[in-house]
Amino acid sequence: MAVTERIRRTMIFLNTQRAALVKDAFVYQPDCVILDLEDAVAANEKDAARFQLYQTLKHVDYRGVERWVRINGLDTDLFEEDIKAAVAGGAEGIRLPKTETASDVQMVEAKVAAAEKQFQRPVGSTMLMAALESPLAIINAYEIAKSSERLMGIALSAGDYVRTLHAKRTVAGTELFGARSQMIIAARAAGVMAFDTVYTDIDNMAGFKEEVALIKNMGFDGKSLISPKQIKIAHEIFNPSAKEITHAEHVIQAVRDNGDKGVGVLTVDGKMVDIAWVEGAQRTLNLAKAAGLYKGDLA
Amino acid sequence: MAITTSALAGTLESSDAQVLIEPRPQGVAIHLESSVYAQYGAHIEQLARDLITTLGITNATLTITDKGALDCTLKARIETAYYRALGQQHDFDWGVL
Repeated sequence: MAVTERIRRTMIFLNTQRAALVKDAFVYQPDCVILDLEDAVAANEKDAARFQLYQTLKHVDYRGVERWVRINGLDTDLFEEDIKAAVAGGAEGIRLPKTETASDVQMVEAKVAAAEKQFQRPVGSTMLMAALESPLAIINAYEIAKSSERLMGIALSAGDYVRTLHAKRTVAGTELFGARSQMIIAARAAGVMAFDTVYTDIDNMAGFKEEVALIKNMGFDGKSLISPKQIKIAHEIFNPSAKEITHAEHVIQAVRDNGDKGVGVLTVDGKMVDIAWVEGAQRTLNLAKAAGLYKGDLA
Repeated sequence: MAITTSALAGTLESSDAQVLIEPRPQGVAIHLESSVYAQYGAHIEQLARDLITTLGITNATLTITDKGALDCTLKARIETAYYRALGQQHDFDWGVL
């Protein structure tokens, strides 16, 4: 399966310094966890977090939840050891913070490959995800998105992006519109996934719902999260509705049934449909199947 | 390897463990206090002894205050304390830890 075919609606950050957080976060059933070695970890606990990371990866069964590791910045003397611990532990992927150029990804890729050889992991098995956190990163989004076969996706990190943009965070998210638009265009052009930034006001569930709906409609595949209580809501918004699933089935079936008859344009559920609709309908069914909402044989 | 300085790792939060490692003239001693000592005391001591062998620790006193930590956390805290005592920050032998 291509790295972009898995469902990744939610990826929740976990402070790897905190034993209580990483021991059983799979119970909240996110699609992915991001075991954080970077910003959440105190400077004098980086070593403790890294050992906790390695032992957690080795010994805790995350029951199918994909395990990503956010390493420390490429401008630190920490990230190379972070990569070794993550790869030796068997993490599914590594999230690069503050990625600004394609060469950042390629440099990490080389170190990941070396670690895979050193620790007898299958070479090429560790995915990468690039976090874009600055204006330069957004400008380079397409080059970054197609920089490596290992690159599963690109992710917006709004805290540093807004700071370096000299903007202010707003409820409406106007200041992120340009970055989000450019990112999703770049991701689709490069054939990788796109993930939105965290929503930090964890008590404002109405605002969270609005933001998830917005980024879903923009085309994003998922969202980074900071609270378990955001997981279920994000899944509900990203999941196709029963009506959407039924319509997608009808579209695919109708196009199949009429494909041999030379009919190019059809009416399905009262709407005009042509071959261009099939890809979207198929994506809806694939997502529904991955989410456990569709048991049919059209996905 | 012989250690010459003391080091502390971990916390006293629930699900965590705090490990103090101190130099000892000869051999290894383990002092364990655990909130789940009755059920898991022997298991934790054996885990610590196995890891001490793996790490090659020859002379140290380990004082472990366990607050219900999983094995992975106990190992991580012992490793952190040991390498802090050695002053080693890089080039760990991941894969055998």
